[in-house]
Amino acid sequence: MKRIYAREEFCLGCRLCEIHCLVRHSKSKKLIKAFRKERGEVVPGVMVESAGHVTFAMQCRHCDTAPCLEACITGAMHRDKKTGAVICDADKCVGCWMCVMVCPAGAVRRGKDGKEGKAASKCDLCAGDKTPVCVLNCPNEAIVYEER
Amino acid sequence: MDTRHLIIGNSVAAVAAVEAIREVDETGGIVMVSREPRHVYSRPLISYWLAGKVDDRRMDWRPRSFYDELKVRAVLGKEAVRLDAAKHVVELADGGRIGYEKLLIATGGTPIVPRIKGHDAAGVFTFTEWADAERVRDFIRQRKVGRAVVVGAGMIGVKAAEALAGIGVKVTVVELAPRVLAAALDEPAARLAAGAMTEAGVELRCGAEVEAVVARERHAAAVRLKGGEELPCELVVVAVGVAPNAQLARTTAGAVEVDRGVLVDDLMRTTAPDVYAAGDVAQGREALSGTKRAIPIWPGAFRQGRIAGLGMAGAEPERYDGALVMNSVSVFGLPTVSVGVAAQPPGDAEVLVSENAGVPSYRKVVLKGGRIIGAMLVGDIDRAGIFTGLIRSGTDVSSVKELLLTEQFGVLSLPAEYRKHVVAGAGIEV
Repeated sequence: MKRIYAREEFCLGCRLCEIHCLVRHSKSKKLIKAFRKERGEVVPGVMVESAGHVTFAMQCRHCDTAPCLEACITGAMHRDKKTGAVICDADKCVGCWMCVMVCPAGAVRRGKDGKEGKAASKCDLCAGDKTPVCVLNCPNEAIVYEER
Repeated sequence: MDTRHLIIGNSVAAVAAVEAIREVDETGGIVMVSREPRHVYSRPLISYWLAGKVDDRRMDWRPRSFYDELKVRAVLGKEAVRLDAAKHVVELADGGRIGYEKLLIATGGTPIVPRIKGHDAAGVFTFTEWADAERVRDFIRQRKVGRAVVVGAGMIGVKAAEALAGIGVKVTVVELAPRVLAAALDEPAARLAAGAMTEAGVELRCGAEVEAVVARERHAAAVRLKGGEELPCELVVVAVGVAPNAQLARTTAGAVEVDRGVLVDDLMRTTAPDVYAAGDVAQGREALSGTKRAIPIWPGAFRQGRIAGLGMAGAEPERYDGALVMNSVSVFGLPTVSVGVAAQPPGDAEVLVSENAGVPSYRKVVLKGGRIIGAMLVGDIDRAGIFTGLIRSGTDVSSVKELLLTEQFGVLSLPAEYRKHVVAGAGIEV
Protein backbone atom coordinates (compact mmCIF):
# COMPACT_ATOMS: atom_id res chain seq x y z
CA MET A 1 0.00 0.00 0.00
CA LYS A 2 0.95 3.63 -0.35
CA ARG A 3 2.44 5.08 2.80
CA ILE A 4 3.81 8.44 3.88
CA TYR A 5 7.60 8.41 4.20
CA ALA A 6 9.81 11.05 5.75
CA ARG A 7 13.01 12.26 4.14
CA GLU A 8 14.71 13.75 7.16
CA GLU A 9 17.54 15.25 5.12
CA PHE A 10 14.98 17.60 3.50
CA CYS A 11 12.88 18.46 6.56
CA LEU A 12 13.10 22.12 7.57
CA GLY A 13 11.18 21.53 10.79
CA CYS A 14 8.64 24.17 9.78
CA ARG A 15 5.71 22.10 11.11
CA LEU A 16 3.42 23.16 8.27
CA CYS A 17 2.45 19.50 7.98
CA GLU A 18 1.07 19.58 11.51
CA ILE A 19 -0.88 22.74 10.79
CA HIS A 20 -2.38 21.47 7.53
CA CYS A 21 -3.29 18.21 9.26
CA LEU A 22 -4.97 20.19 12.02
CA VAL A 23 -6.99 22.23 9.50
CA ARG A 24 -7.97 19.17 7.44
CA HIS A 25 -9.30 17.45 10.58
CA SER A 26 -10.85 20.56 12.15
CA LYS A 27 -14.51 21.49 12.16
CA SER A 28 -14.00 24.90 10.57
CA LYS A 29 -11.52 23.75 7.87
CA LYS A 30 -10.23 27.33 7.96
CA LEU A 31 -6.54 27.92 8.62
CA ILE A 32 -6.71 30.85 11.03
CA LYS A 33 -9.86 29.67 12.81
CA ALA A 34 -8.55 26.16 13.24
CA PHE A 35 -5.15 27.36 14.40
CA ARG A 36 -6.54 29.84 16.89
CA LYS A 37 -9.61 28.05 18.21
CA GLU A 38 -9.26 24.32 17.57
CA ARG A 39 -5.63 23.72 18.41
CA GLY A 40 -5.61 21.51 21.50
CA GLU A 41 -9.06 20.19 20.58
CA VAL A 42 -7.88 18.57 17.35
CA VAL A 43 -4.69 16.53 17.69
CA PRO A 44 -2.70 16.39 14.45
CA GLY A 45 -1.93 12.93 13.18
CA VAL A 46 1.54 13.97 12.14
CA MET A 47 4.17 15.24 14.54
CA VAL A 48 7.50 16.82 13.79
CA GLU A 49 10.31 15.53 15.93
CA SER A 50 13.61 17.27 16.29
CA ALA A 51 16.94 16.60 17.91
CA GLY A 52 19.63 19.18 17.33
CA HIS A 53 19.59 19.97 13.61
CA VAL A 54 17.80 16.79 12.62
CA THR A 55 14.04 17.00 12.19
CA PHE A 56 11.50 14.74 10.60
CA ALA A 57 7.76 14.20 10.39
CA MET A 58 6.33 11.08 11.94
CA GLN A 59 2.85 9.62 11.62
CA CYS A 60 1.05 6.28 11.79
CA ARG A 61 2.80 3.64 9.67
CA HIS A 62 -0.46 1.79 8.93
CA CYS A 63 1.48 -1.37 9.79
CA ASP A 64 0.80 -4.64 7.98
CA THR A 65 0.48 -6.34 11.36
CA ALA A 66 -0.79 -3.44 13.38
CA PRO A 67 -0.47 -3.76 17.18
CA CYS A 68 -3.20 -1.15 17.71
CA LEU A 69 -5.71 -3.28 15.80
CA GLU A 70 -4.89 -6.25 18.01
CA ALA A 71 -5.07 -4.26 21.24
CA CYS A 72 -8.33 -2.41 20.58
CA ILE A 73 -11.02 -3.57 23.02
CA THR A 74 -13.90 -1.78 21.31
CA GLY A 75 -13.36 -2.58 17.64
CA ALA A 76 -13.01 1.16 16.97
CA MET A 77 -9.59 0.67 15.44
CA HIS A 78 -10.10 -1.00 12.08
CA ARG A 79 -8.52 -1.35 8.66
CA ASP A 80 -10.21 0.40 5.77
CA LYS A 81 -10.88 -2.31 3.24
CA LYS A 82 -10.30 -0.04 0.25
CA THR A 83 -7.22 1.95 1.21
CA GLY A 84 -5.61 -0.39 3.76
CA ALA A 85 -5.34 2.51 6.18
CA VAL A 86 -5.76 1.87 9.90
CA ILE A 87 -8.60 4.11 11.07
CA CYS A 88 -10.13 4.85 14.47
CA ASP A 89 -13.92 5.19 14.68
CA ALA A 90 -14.14 7.92 17.33
CA ASP A 91 -17.78 7.12 18.12
CA LYS A 92 -16.86 3.58 19.12
CA CYS A 93 -13.65 4.43 20.99
CA VAL A 94 -13.89 4.72 24.80
CA GLY A 95 -10.40 6.10 25.35
CA CYS A 96 -8.84 3.11 27.13
CA TRP A 97 -5.52 3.96 25.42
CA MET A 98 -4.48 0.37 24.76
CA CYS A 99 -3.46 1.58 21.27
CA VAL A 100 -1.29 4.32 22.79
CA MET A 101 0.38 1.63 24.90
CA VAL A 102 1.25 -0.65 21.99
CA CYS A 103 2.11 1.66 19.06
CA PRO A 104 5.89 1.29 18.62
CA ALA A 105 5.99 4.57 16.68
CA GLY A 106 4.08 6.46 19.36
CA ALA A 107 1.79 7.56 16.55
CA VAL A 108 -1.57 7.15 18.29
CA ARG A 109 -2.38 9.99 20.62
CA ARG A 110 -5.11 10.91 23.04
CA GLY A 111 -7.66 13.05 21.23
CA LYS A 112 -10.90 14.70 22.24
CA ASP A 113 -13.40 13.39 19.69
CA GLY A 114 -16.16 10.91 20.30
CA LYS A 115 -19.13 10.66 22.63
CA GLU A 116 -17.14 11.03 25.86
CA GLY A 117 -14.78 13.66 24.47
CA LYS A 118 -11.87 11.26 24.44
CA ALA A 119 -10.88 9.05 21.56
CA ALA A 120 -7.68 7.84 19.98
CA SER A 121 -6.38 10.23 17.36
CA LYS A 122 -4.10 9.26 14.52
CA CYS A 123 -3.27 9.73 10.86
CA ASP A 124 -6.11 8.53 8.62
CA LEU A 125 -4.21 9.21 5.37
CA CYS A 126 -6.78 12.00 4.90
CA ALA A 127 -9.62 9.52 4.55
CA GLY A 128 -9.06 8.44 0.99
CA ASP A 129 -7.88 11.76 -0.49
CA LYS A 130 -5.55 11.29 -3.43
CA THR A 131 -2.66 12.83 -1.49
CA PRO A 132 -2.65 13.55 2.26
CA VAL A 133 -2.52 17.28 3.04
CA CYS A 134 0.78 17.01 4.93
CA VAL A 135 2.49 15.69 1.81
CA LEU A 136 0.66 18.11 -0.47
CA ASN A 137 1.75 21.14 1.53
CA CYS A 138 5.30 20.26 2.49
CA PRO A 139 7.41 23.07 1.00
CA ASN A 140 10.53 20.95 0.57
CA GLU A 141 9.16 17.49 -0.32
CA ALA A 142 10.40 16.15 3.00
CA ILE A 143 7.46 13.79 3.18
CA VAL A 144 6.34 11.71 0.25
CA TYR A 145 3.35 9.45 -0.36
CA GLU A 146 4.36 6.37 -2.28
CA GLU A 147 4.47 2.61 -2.63
CA ARG A 148 7.73 1.06 -1.48
CA MET B 1 -22.40 -32.56 12.30
CA ASP B 2 -18.75 -32.34 11.32
CA THR B 3 -16.63 -29.37 10.55
CA ARG B 4 -13.10 -28.48 9.60
CA HIS B 5 -12.45 -25.81 12.22
CA LEU B 6 -14.24 -25.97 15.55
CA ILE B 7 -13.77 -23.06 17.90
CA ILE B 8 -15.00 -23.08 21.47
CA GLY B 9 -15.28 -19.45 22.46
CA ASN B 10 -16.58 -16.21 21.00
CA SER B 11 -14.30 -13.47 22.26
CA VAL B 12 -10.99 -11.97 21.22
CA ALA B 13 -8.86 -15.12 20.79
CA ALA B 14 -11.68 -16.98 19.01
CA VAL B 15 -12.41 -14.10 16.65
CA ALA B 16 -8.73 -13.49 15.88
CA ALA B 17 -8.43 -17.18 15.02
CA VAL B 18 -11.43 -17.07 12.68
CA GLU B 19 -10.10 -14.00 10.90
CA ALA B 20 -6.70 -15.65 10.49
CA ILE B 21 -8.23 -18.89 9.19
CA ARG B 22 -10.21 -16.98 6.58
CA GLU B 23 -7.06 -15.27 5.31
CA VAL B 24 -5.84 -18.69 4.19
CA ASP B 25 -8.84 -20.99 4.00
CA GLU B 26 -11.82 -19.26 2.39
CA THR B 27 -14.22 -22.15 2.34
CA GLY B 28 -13.41 -24.67 5.10
CA GLY B 29 -16.31 -24.99 7.52
CA ILE B 30 -15.97 -23.01 10.75
CA VAL B 31 -18.19 -23.52 13.77
CA MET B 32 -18.00 -21.30 16.84
CA VAL B 33 -19.58 -22.54 20.04
CA SER B 34 -20.25 -20.19 22.93
CA ARG B 35 -21.89 -20.64 26.31
CA GLU B 36 -23.07 -17.05 26.16
CA PRO B 37 -26.04 -16.45 23.83
CA ARG B 38 -24.62 -13.25 22.36
CA HIS B 39 -23.05 -11.76 19.30
CA VAL B 40 -19.28 -11.12 19.58
CA TYR B 41 -18.96 -8.48 22.28
CA SER B 42 -16.13 -6.94 24.29
CA ARG B 43 -15.89 -8.10 27.89
CA PRO B 44 -13.66 -5.19 29.02
CA LEU B 45 -16.53 -2.87 28.10
CA ILE B 46 -18.96 -4.17 30.72
CA SER B 47 -17.93 -1.49 33.21
CA TYR B 48 -18.54 1.18 30.57
CA TRP B 49 -21.93 -0.41 29.83
CA LEU B 50 -22.90 -0.45 33.53
CA ALA B 51 -21.92 3.21 33.77
CA GLY B 52 -24.16 3.98 30.79
CA LYS B 53 -21.23 5.17 28.68
CA VAL B 54 -21.62 2.39 26.12
CA ASP B 55 -24.99 1.16 24.88
CA ASP B 56 -25.89 -2.37 23.75
CA ARG B 57 -24.93 -1.64 20.16
CA ARG B 58 -21.46 -0.35 21.03
CA MET B 59 -20.78 -3.55 22.99
CA ASP B 60 -20.38 -5.35 19.66
CA TRP B 61 -16.68 -5.97 19.08
CA ARG B 62 -17.29 -6.98 15.49
CA PRO B 63 -20.11 -5.85 13.17
CA ARG B 64 -23.38 -7.80 13.21
CA SER B 65 -22.46 -9.16 9.78
CA PHE B 66 -19.37 -10.89 11.23
CA TYR B 67 -20.57 -14.51 11.17
CA ASP B 68 -22.12 -14.19 7.69
CA GLU B 69 -19.17 -12.39 6.16
CA LEU B 70 -16.68 -14.91 7.48
CA LYS B 71 -18.99 -17.85 6.75
CA VAL B 72 -19.13 -18.99 10.36
CA ARG B 73 -21.85 -21.16 11.85
CA ALA B 74 -22.37 -19.70 15.32
CA VAL B 75 -23.76 -22.08 17.91
CA LEU B 76 -24.57 -19.65 20.70
CA GLY B 77 -25.97 -20.32 24.15
CA LYS B 78 -24.60 -23.85 24.21
CA GLU B 79 -21.81 -25.09 26.40
CA ALA B 80 -19.13 -27.53 25.28
CA VAL B 81 -18.81 -29.98 28.15
CA ARG B 82 -16.66 -32.88 26.94
CA LEU B 83 -13.78 -33.36 24.56
CA ASP B 84 -12.76 -36.69 23.08
CA ALA B 85 -9.40 -35.75 21.63
CA ALA B 86 -8.77 -39.23 20.22
CA LYS B 87 -12.06 -39.33 18.31
CA HIS B 88 -11.94 -35.59 17.46
CA VAL B 89 -15.39 -34.92 18.91
CA VAL B 90 -16.74 -32.26 21.25
CA GLU B 91 -19.94 -32.89 23.17
CA LEU B 92 -22.35 -30.12 24.12
CA ALA B 93 -24.41 -29.85 27.31
CA ASP B 94 -27.59 -30.60 25.35
CA GLY B 95 -26.09 -33.87 24.08
CA GLY B 96 -25.17 -32.55 20.63
CA ARG B 97 -21.84 -33.69 19.20
CA ILE B 98 -19.56 -31.84 16.81
CA GLY B 99 -16.67 -33.54 15.07
CA TYR B 100 -13.66 -31.51 13.97
CA GLU B 101 -10.44 -31.65 12.02
CA LYS B 102 -8.87 -28.83 14.07
CA LEU B 103 -10.09 -27.60 17.43
CA LEU B 104 -9.40 -24.33 19.23
CA ILE B 105 -10.13 -24.04 22.94
CA ALA B 106 -10.66 -20.34 23.61
CA THR B 107 -12.92 -20.54 26.62
CA GLY B 108 -11.35 -17.60 28.44
CA GLY B 109 -11.19 -17.16 32.17
CA THR B 110 -13.41 -17.70 35.15
CA PRO B 111 -13.65 -15.31 38.10
CA ILE B 112 -12.14 -16.56 41.33
CA VAL B 113 -14.55 -16.53 44.26
CA PRO B 114 -12.90 -17.11 47.63
CA ARG B 115 -14.94 -19.45 49.83
CA ILE B 116 -15.48 -16.87 52.51
CA LYS B 117 -18.56 -17.08 54.71
CA GLY B 118 -21.59 -15.51 53.07
CA HIS B 119 -20.18 -15.50 49.53
CA ASP B 120 -23.42 -17.05 48.28
CA ALA B 121 -25.70 -14.37 49.75
CA ALA B 122 -27.94 -12.44 47.36
CA GLY B 123 -26.24 -9.25 46.26
CA VAL B 124 -22.78 -10.80 45.85
CA PHE B 125 -21.59 -10.74 42.25
CA THR B 126 -18.52 -11.34 40.14
CA PHE B 127 -17.84 -8.95 37.26
CA THR B 128 -16.31 -10.47 34.15
CA GLU B 129 -19.08 -10.95 31.60
CA TRP B 130 -22.03 -8.98 30.27
CA ALA B 131 -24.56 -11.06 32.22
CA ASP B 132 -22.75 -10.07 35.44
CA ALA B 133 -23.14 -6.39 34.60
CA GLU B 134 -26.83 -6.95 33.80
CA ARG B 135 -27.38 -8.72 37.12
CA VAL B 136 -25.62 -5.91 39.00
CA ARG B 137 -27.66 -3.26 37.22
CA ASP B 138 -30.96 -5.07 37.85
CA PHE B 139 -30.09 -5.67 41.49
CA ILE B 140 -29.22 -2.00 42.03
CA ARG B 141 -32.55 -0.96 40.52
CA GLN B 142 -34.68 -3.50 42.35
CA ARG B 143 -33.08 -3.15 45.77
CA LYS B 144 -32.32 0.57 45.47
CA VAL B 145 -28.69 -0.08 46.34
CA GLY B 146 -26.92 2.89 47.89
CA ARG B 147 -23.67 1.32 49.09
CA ALA B 148 -21.36 -1.24 47.57
CA VAL B 149 -18.14 -2.94 48.57
CA VAL B 150 -15.76 -4.01 45.82
CA VAL B 151 -13.38 -6.75 46.94
CA GLY B 152 -10.13 -6.41 45.04
CA ALA B 153 -8.42 -3.33 43.56
CA GLY B 154 -7.03 -4.98 40.45
CA MET B 155 -8.11 -3.83 37.02
CA ILE B 156 -11.59 -5.37 37.23
CA GLY B 157 -12.20 -4.08 40.74
CA VAL B 158 -11.09 -0.56 39.87
CA LYS B 159 -13.25 -0.42 36.73
CA ALA B 160 -16.25 -1.89 38.61
CA ALA B 161 -15.80 0.74 41.33
CA GLU B 162 -15.61 3.48 38.70
CA ALA B 163 -18.84 2.30 37.05
CA LEU B 164 -20.71 1.99 40.36
CA ALA B 165 -19.56 5.40 41.57
CA GLY B 166 -20.57 6.80 38.18
CA ILE B 167 -24.17 5.74 38.70
CA GLY B 168 -24.40 7.17 42.19
CA VAL B 169 -23.48 4.22 44.39
CA LYS B 170 -21.24 4.91 47.39
CA VAL B 171 -18.29 2.55 46.94
CA THR B 172 -15.68 1.13 49.31
CA VAL B 173 -12.84 -0.86 47.76
CA VAL B 174 -11.09 -3.46 49.92
CA GLU B 175 -7.68 -4.70 48.80
CA LEU B 176 -5.39 -7.24 50.46
CA ALA B 177 -2.23 -5.71 48.95
CA PRO B 178 -0.90 -2.46 50.42
CA ARG B 179 -1.87 -0.50 47.26
CA VAL B 180 -4.29 -0.40 44.34
CA LEU B 181 -3.40 -2.11 41.02
CA ALA B 182 -0.51 -3.74 42.87
CA ALA B 183 0.52 -6.03 40.01
CA ALA B 184 0.85 -3.14 37.55
CA LEU B 185 1.80 -0.09 39.59
CA ASP B 186 4.51 0.68 42.12
CA GLU B 187 3.93 2.75 45.25
CA PRO B 188 4.21 6.29 43.79
CA ALA B 189 2.07 5.40 40.76
CA ALA B 190 -0.54 3.65 42.89
CA ARG B 191 -0.69 6.69 45.14
CA LEU B 192 -1.70 8.83 42.15
CA ALA B 193 -4.32 6.25 41.12
CA ALA B 194 -5.65 6.04 44.68
CA GLY B 195 -5.85 9.84 44.73
CA ALA B 196 -8.05 9.83 41.65
CA MET B 197 -10.33 7.27 43.30
CA THR B 198 -10.71 9.01 46.63
CA GLU B 199 -11.25 12.34 44.90
CA ALA B 200 -14.24 10.73 43.18
CA GLY B 201 -15.66 9.77 46.57
CA VAL B 202 -14.49 6.17 46.72
CA GLU B 203 -13.28 4.90 50.07
CA LEU B 204 -10.15 2.75 49.94
CA ARG B 205 -9.11 0.03 52.37
CA CYS B 206 -5.74 -1.32 51.25
CA GLY B 207 -3.92 -3.95 53.30
CA ALA B 208 -7.27 -5.20 54.54
CA GLU B 209 -8.59 -8.73 54.40
CA VAL B 210 -12.23 -9.69 54.00
CA GLU B 211 -13.40 -12.24 56.53
CA ALA B 212 -17.05 -12.67 55.60
CA VAL B 213 -20.07 -11.25 53.89
CA VAL B 214 -22.60 -10.57 56.62
CA ALA B 215 -26.05 -11.57 55.38
CA ARG B 216 -29.44 -10.60 56.69
CA GLU B 217 -32.41 -12.57 55.34
CA ARG B 218 -29.93 -14.13 52.94
CA HIS B 219 -29.11 -10.75 51.45
CA ALA B 220 -25.71 -9.09 51.78
CA ALA B 221 -25.83 -6.48 54.53
CA ALA B 222 -22.15 -5.79 55.19
CA VAL B 223 -18.62 -6.96 54.54
CA ARG B 224 -16.69 -7.89 57.67
CA LEU B 225 -12.93 -7.34 57.69
CA LYS B 226 -10.37 -9.29 59.70
CA GLY B 227 -10.29 -7.47 62.99
CA GLY B 228 -14.04 -7.21 63.13
CA GLU B 229 -14.84 -3.94 61.38
CA GLU B 230 -18.02 -4.11 59.30
CA LEU B 231 -18.62 -2.12 56.12
CA PRO B 232 -22.38 -1.84 55.62
CA CYS B 233 -23.50 -2.37 52.01
CA GLU B 234 -26.27 -3.90 49.95
CA LEU B 235 -24.04 -4.98 47.06
CA VAL B 236 -20.69 -6.80 46.95
CA VAL B 237 -18.59 -7.17 43.82
CA VAL B 238 -15.91 -9.83 44.13
CA ALA B 239 -12.99 -9.01 41.83
CA VAL B 240 -9.99 -10.87 43.20
CA GLY B 241 -8.82 -12.32 39.90
CA VAL B 242 -9.56 -14.76 37.11
CA ALA B 243 -8.33 -18.28 36.52
CA PRO B 244 -8.14 -20.08 33.16
CA ASN B 245 -11.46 -21.77 32.34
CA ALA B 246 -9.82 -25.08 31.46
CA GLN B 247 -12.76 -27.32 32.35
CA LEU B 248 -13.21 -28.68 28.82
CA ALA B 249 -9.53 -29.62 28.48
CA ARG B 250 -9.72 -31.42 31.82
CA THR B 251 -12.28 -33.87 30.41
CA THR B 252 -9.66 -35.50 28.19
CA ALA B 253 -8.04 -37.67 30.88
CA GLY B 254 -4.73 -35.93 30.37
CA ALA B 255 -4.64 -35.99 26.57
CA VAL B 256 -4.72 -32.20 26.70
CA GLU B 257 -2.26 -31.32 29.43
CA VAL B 258 -3.43 -28.69 31.88
CA ASP B 259 -1.43 -26.88 34.52
CA ARG B 260 -3.14 -23.69 35.71
CA GLY B 261 -4.20 -23.18 32.13
CA VAL B 262 -4.05 -25.33 29.03
CA LEU B 263 -0.38 -25.77 28.20
CA VAL B 264 0.57 -24.60 24.72
CA ASP B 265 3.76 -24.32 22.68
CA ASP B 266 4.74 -21.28 20.62
CA LEU B 267 2.32 -22.30 17.88
CA MET B 268 -0.53 -22.57 20.39
CA ARG B 269 -0.66 -26.34 20.05
CA THR B 270 -1.71 -28.33 23.10
CA THR B 271 -0.34 -31.79 23.88
CA ALA B 272 -3.17 -33.42 21.90
CA PRO B 273 -2.95 -33.60 18.10
CA ASP B 274 -5.11 -31.03 16.26
CA VAL B 275 -6.10 -29.29 19.48
CA TYR B 276 -5.06 -25.66 19.98
CA ALA B 277 -5.67 -23.25 22.84
CA ALA B 278 -5.45 -19.45 22.96
CA GLY B 279 -6.39 -16.52 25.17
CA ASP B 280 -7.05 -16.46 28.90
CA VAL B 281 -7.52 -20.26 29.02
CA ALA B 282 -4.02 -20.90 27.66
CA GLN B 283 -0.73 -21.08 29.48
CA GLY B 284 2.02 -20.23 27.05
CA ARG B 285 5.44 -18.68 27.06
CA GLU B 286 5.86 -15.32 28.74
CA ALA B 287 8.16 -13.03 26.78
CA LEU B 288 10.64 -11.81 29.39
CA SER B 289 10.98 -14.83 31.69
CA GLY B 290 10.52 -17.53 29.06
CA THR B 291 8.43 -19.55 31.50
CA LYS B 292 4.88 -20.71 30.77
CA ARG B 293 2.30 -18.54 32.47
CA ALA B 294 -1.39 -17.86 32.11
CA ILE B 295 -1.55 -14.14 31.36
CA PRO B 296 -5.07 -12.82 30.92
CA ILE B 297 -4.49 -9.79 28.72
CA TRP B 298 -6.29 -8.68 25.59
CA PRO B 299 -3.47 -8.11 23.06
CA GLY B 300 -1.87 -11.43 24.06
CA ALA B 301 -5.15 -13.24 23.50
CA PHE B 302 -5.50 -11.69 20.05
CA ARG B 303 -1.98 -12.68 19.02
CA GLN B 304 -2.38 -16.21 20.34
CA GLY B 305 -5.73 -16.60 18.59
CA ARG B 306 -4.25 -15.39 15.34
CA ILE B 307 -1.27 -17.78 15.55
CA ALA B 308 -3.59 -20.69 16.38
CA GLY B 309 -5.84 -19.83 13.45
CA LEU B 310 -2.97 -19.70 10.97
CA GLY B 311 -1.71 -23.05 12.26
CA MET B 312 -5.17 -24.63 12.05
CA ALA B 313 -5.49 -23.50 8.45
CA GLY B 314 -2.08 -24.92 7.61
CA ALA B 315 -0.38 -21.59 6.94
CA GLU B 316 3.19 -20.64 7.72
CA PRO B 317 3.08 -19.54 11.36
CA GLU B 318 4.05 -16.01 12.30
CA ARG B 319 6.90 -15.37 14.70
CA TYR B 320 5.75 -15.46 18.30
CA ASP B 321 7.90 -14.11 21.10
CA GLY B 322 5.58 -14.97 23.95
CA ALA B 323 3.08 -12.82 25.79
CA LEU B 324 4.25 -9.52 27.18
CA VAL B 325 2.52 -8.47 30.39
CA MET B 326 0.96 -5.06 29.88
CA ASN B 327 -2.04 -3.01 30.77
CA SER B 328 -3.56 0.34 30.10
CA VAL B 329 -6.15 1.30 32.68
CA SER B 330 -7.82 4.63 33.05
CA VAL B 331 -8.50 5.06 36.77
CA PHE B 332 -11.39 7.50 37.20
CA GLY B 333 -10.03 9.45 34.26
CA LEU B 334 -6.34 9.15 35.18
CA PRO B 335 -4.50 7.16 32.48
CA THR B 336 -2.05 4.51 33.64
CA VAL B 337 0.15 2.24 31.54
CA SER B 338 2.37 -0.56 32.78
CA VAL B 339 4.42 -2.83 30.52
CA GLY B 340 6.80 -5.67 31.36
CA VAL B 341 8.58 -5.84 34.69
CA ALA B 342 7.79 -2.39 36.04
CA ALA B 343 6.08 -2.62 39.45
CA GLN B 344 8.70 -4.81 41.08
CA PRO B 345 12.02 -4.51 39.23
CA PRO B 346 14.68 -7.12 39.96
CA GLY B 347 17.46 -6.03 42.34
CA ASP B 348 20.11 -5.76 39.62
CA ALA B 349 17.99 -3.56 37.36
CA GLU B 350 18.60 0.12 36.72
CA VAL B 351 15.55 2.27 37.38
CA LEU B 352 14.97 5.70 35.85
CA VAL B 353 12.15 7.86 37.19
CA SER B 354 10.69 11.25 36.37
CA GLU B 355 7.89 12.88 38.29
CA ASN B 356 5.81 15.98 37.97
CA ALA B 357 3.52 16.25 40.95
CA GLY B 358 1.59 19.20 39.56
CA VAL B 359 0.25 17.55 36.39
CA PRO B 360 0.29 14.80 37.84
CA SER B 361 2.64 12.67 35.84
CA TYR B 362 4.95 9.80 36.66
CA ARG B 363 7.27 7.92 34.32
CA LYS B 364 9.54 5.02 35.09
CA VAL B 365 11.78 2.92 32.89
CA VAL B 366 13.45 -0.28 34.09
CA LEU B 367 16.66 -1.32 32.35
CA LYS B 368 18.72 -4.47 32.53
CA GLY B 369 21.88 -5.10 30.52
CA GLY B 370 21.23 -2.04 28.36
CA ARG B 371 17.71 -3.16 27.43
CA ILE B 372 14.36 -1.91 28.69
CA ILE B 373 12.42 -4.61 30.53
CA GLY B 374 9.68 -2.48 32.03
CA ALA B 375 7.93 0.88 31.68
CA MET B 376 5.28 2.62 33.73
CA LEU B 377 3.48 5.84 32.88
CA VAL B 378 0.79 7.68 34.79
CA GLY B 379 -0.95 10.83 33.66
CA ASP B 380 1.06 11.76 30.59
CA ILE B 381 1.08 8.42 28.80
CA ASP B 382 1.64 9.82 25.30
CA ARG B 383 4.00 7.75 23.17
CA ALA B 384 4.11 4.95 25.77
CA GLY B 385 4.16 2.46 22.92
CA ILE B 386 7.68 3.46 21.95
CA PHE B 387 8.81 1.89 25.23
CA THR B 388 6.65 -1.18 24.61
CA GLY B 389 8.26 -1.60 21.19
CA LEU B 390 11.72 -1.31 22.70
CA ILE B 391 10.90 -3.89 25.37
CA ARG B 392 9.44 -6.28 22.82
CA SER B 393 12.33 -5.94 20.39
CA GLY B 394 15.01 -6.17 23.09
CA THR B 395 16.79 -3.20 21.53
CA ASP B 396 19.97 -2.04 23.25
CA VAL B 397 19.22 1.51 24.36
CA SER B 398 22.52 2.23 26.15
CA SER B 399 23.40 4.90 23.58
CA VAL B 400 20.15 6.83 24.13
CA LYS B 401 19.60 6.20 27.82
CA GLU B 402 19.79 9.88 28.82
CA LEU B 403 16.99 10.71 26.38
CA LEU B 404 14.43 8.14 27.55
CA LEU B 405 12.70 10.38 30.07
CA THR B 406 13.22 13.71 28.34
CA GLU B 407 10.34 15.63 26.80
CA GLN B 408 11.70 15.36 23.27
CA PHE B 409 12.04 11.58 23.45
CA GLY B 410 10.55 10.09 20.32
CA VAL B 411 11.19 7.96 17.27
CA LEU B 412 14.07 10.24 16.32
CA SER B 413 15.83 9.34 19.57
CA LEU B 414 15.84 5.62 18.76
CA PRO B 415 18.95 3.71 17.68
CA ALA B 416 19.17 3.99 13.87
CA GLU B 417 18.61 0.33 12.98
CA TYR B 418 15.54 0.01 15.18
CA ARG B 419 14.20 3.36 13.95
CA LYS B 420 14.31 2.08 10.37
CA HIS B 421 12.31 -0.97 11.41
CA VAL B 422 9.64 1.16 13.08
CA VAL B 423 9.36 3.59 10.18
CA ALA B 424 8.98 0.76 7.66
CA GLY B 425 5.75 -0.33 9.35
CA ALA B 426 5.84 -3.85 7.98
CA GLY B 427 5.40 -6.83 10.27
CA ILE B 428 5.68 -5.08 13.58
CA GLU B 429 4.91 -7.23 16.57
CA VAL B 430 4.19 -5.94 20.02
